[in-house]
Amino acid sequence: MKPRTKRFALIAAGIVVLCAAAAFVLNAFQSNLVFFFTPTQVSQGEAPKGRTFRAGGMVKEGSLVRDNAAAGGGNTVRFVITDTVHEMPVTYVGLLPDLFKEGKGVVAQGKLGEDGVFVASEVLAKHDENYMPPEAQHAMDQATAAKAAKSVQTPAPVKGNP
Amino acid sequence: MIPELGNFALMLAAVVAVMQGVLPIAGTLVRNPQTQITLQSLARPTAALQFVLIAFAFGALATSFLNNDFSVLYVSQHSNSLLPKPYQFAAVWGGHEGSLLLWVLLLSLWTVAVAVFSRSLPLDMVARVIGVLGLISVGFLLFILTTSNPFERLLPAALDGKDLNPLLQDPGLVIHPPMLYMGYVGMAVAFAFAVSALMSGRLDAAWARWSRPWTVVAWTFLTFGIGLGSWWAYYELGWGGWWFWDPVENASLMPWLVGTALIHSLMVTEKRGSFKAWTVLLAIAAFSLSLLGTFLVRSGVLTSVHAFASDPKRGVFVLIFLAVVVGASLTLFAWRAPRVALGGRMELVSRESFLLANSVLLVVATAAVLLGTIYPLIIDALNLGKLSVGPPYFNAVFAPLLVPTVFLIIPGSVARWRDANVREIAHKLRWTFAGAVALAVLLPFVLGGWSLGAAFGLFLGCWVALGTAQQVILRVSKPGRIGASFWGQHIAHFGMAVLVIGITGVKCYEVERDVRMQIGDVVTIAPYTFRLNSLDEVRGPNYKAVRADVQVLRNDKVIEILQPEKRRYFSSAMAMTEAGIDSGFMRDLYVSLGEPLDDARTEWSMRVYYKPFVPWLWGGVLLMVLGGVLAALDRRYRQ
Repeated sequence: MKPRTKRFALIAAGIVVLCAAAAFVLNAFQSNLVFFFTPTQVSQGEAPKGRTFRAGGMVKEGSLVRDNAAAGGGNTVRFVITDTVHEMPVTYVGLLPDLFKEGKGVVAQGKLGEDGVFVASEVLAKHDENYMPPEAQHAMDQATAAKAAKSVQTPAPVKGNP
Repeated sequence: MIPELGNFALMLAAVVAVMQGVLPIAGTLVRNPQTQITLQSLARPTAALQFVLIAFAFGALATSFLNNDFSVLYVSQHSNSLLPKPYQFAAVWGGHEGSLLLWVLLLSLWTVAVAVFSRSLPLDMVARVIGVLGLISVGFLLFILTTSNPFERLLPAALDGKDLNPLLQDPGLVIHPPMLYMGYVGMAVAFAFAVSALMSGRLDAAWARWSRPWTVVAWTFLTFGIGLGSWWAYYELGWGGWWFWDPVENASLMPWLVGTALIHSLMVTEKRGSFKAWTVLLAIAAFSLSLLGTFLVRSGVLTSVHAFASDPKRGVFVLIFLAVVVGASLTLFAWRAPRVALGGRMELVSRESFLLANSVLLVVATAAVLLGTIYPLIIDALNLGKLSVGPPYFNAVFAPLLVPTVFLIIPGSVARWRDANVREIAHKLRWTFAGAVALAVLLPFVLGGWSLGAAFGLFLGCWVALGTAQQVILRVSKPGRIGASFWGQHIAHFGMAVLVIGITGVKCYEVERDVRMQIGDVVTIAPYTFRLNSLDEVRGPNYKAVRADVQVLRNDKVIEILQPEKRRYFSSAMAMTEAGIDSGFMRDLYVSLGEPLDDARTEWSMRVYYKPFVPWLWGGVLLMVLGGVLAALDRRYRQ
């Protein structure tokens, strides 16, 4: 081969490999994005069925139930995630993180079952007592904002004009 | 008084840094030879003075910590009178402000090292390199003084401190950040050399030779720092994982990947004069990614263990700093690059082309990690929704990109410079290849179950290990002195092989059991049996804990007693899992306590792991570190 042909071959091969790599990376990227939904969005049916997503909010007080019936070392837990407006039941098999507590923020990743119960494959641990996961905070803020908006749209009847 | 002195020293350091950044570089631009020498000679003394001042400030902050001076806001937030002394010292870099102070301290330490070990360099080069480092220091000192001053007072003083995050109260934390920062900051030296070479317009083999040992040392520290971080996460988080694709981990991995490409590319530039522009770009990228790492970790944009505080002002400052560094260096590059002479000729198949291929693969892998790390942040910042990119993405992308990279290590180091012959390489390596295939087919049966993934990973590891051994044997059997860098290269590559085998082993053969256990219960992971013997209350200096006694039996003989703990720290009421680990050569046994499942606290959820090959991960990293040390010590660099 002439040097010029050779260089051309080298550059062409490089470009092909780079394009292949880019296509492959973007494809993997696309199929592994995990979106976040608030309990309100989930209750309104915005969350996808059968695809993994994240949901977050607060663990409702008094909602944590351990499934002691499961024998053979099953560690099934049930709890409810709430954004103070809507609620969402969750089941999870496994050890809960150290900072999982009722009344504290939580983010869970998993799929929504046909019965509307969120089957978590992962409950995210954040390592600070007073730390609120930003996603959970976001869910609470959204719900509060929605509440506030509603009260503005339908104002209580006011008698008399100034 | 001490904190004020520290603060004052820091201000003086900023003034000296400006002098160090401006005067020596000005000295390379003026015409008058006498002024030139006078100004350029200022580089070394200003660097030394800056180091003394920053060290004084650091000492002042450390003294405030050790004296429990809770009138200093930063001390009150990160320490506690009950905290053991070594951790009080380590708490200096347990938060945002102090770790930045550590950053500039290490930067000035590197600068002094450059000043001391650069006797053989021309004065104008020393002046430029130290000048560039001074400018970087100006940026960071201003960052500290304007947005994150660790000496800020708290009035009235707190009675006691809030304590260091329990997760960080660990020997791993004492050395992990300094090592990682040594690596990050070391990339600043590689960057300064590249920028200086661009400024002078002399982008030649000499520049590459000067820059190489510094870059290798930086890479070595970075490797060690990442390894320590992984080790710390493994035993301290209690989840048994050693890599989570957490953004903070990614932030340290990206400069490592580019740094790895850089040390190899520098070699080509030194030996063959090729790839100059590419090498400079890699140096700029490695340092920019180190800065990005600092930004990601320190601005609080990440939902992560390491996001200590959230303060937009800081993020904006680092972002502007990053833009200035990247923008200025790329502009300089665009201005100077057309003047760069082409290097030696190379053929389609040659050692250069193998190294170039790996360089490109490493950069693509970095880009993939970067995409997965910052895309969620960008989407969030643009208010387009919240999403995350999980480990499946990184695993899916990373393996296919790094498998060819690791495979090419061997043909690349066998191939001749300039013009190599595929047939000749294949001939040389045919038995190595056959040996690796044979081991890959057979070993999985010994390890407990054949699978394609295991065979493939083992093939890759064995291929690199055997190929490295082959080259060492061939070289040793020939006469002549063998340089330290030869050993460095092959030990580091062998370390990579050990790491690959380790990763494959953990991935394919790990066994995990989540169980409920009461005293006397057993759980078996063949051939080991774990029995919960007792649960006791124990008291530490600043925490209370439940400690389990777990006997590990093999063939009915007790081989080890593991003592996992569940701690509760007084100051923060934060719960912490301390895993019980028994390490062997081939495997770890790992037990961690979950939570009590009944009110009497007699039944606990527990996690029991059999983790084969975990020690190999750390072994592989240590071998790479050893290789880096040897390569940097090579006699050639000390002339």
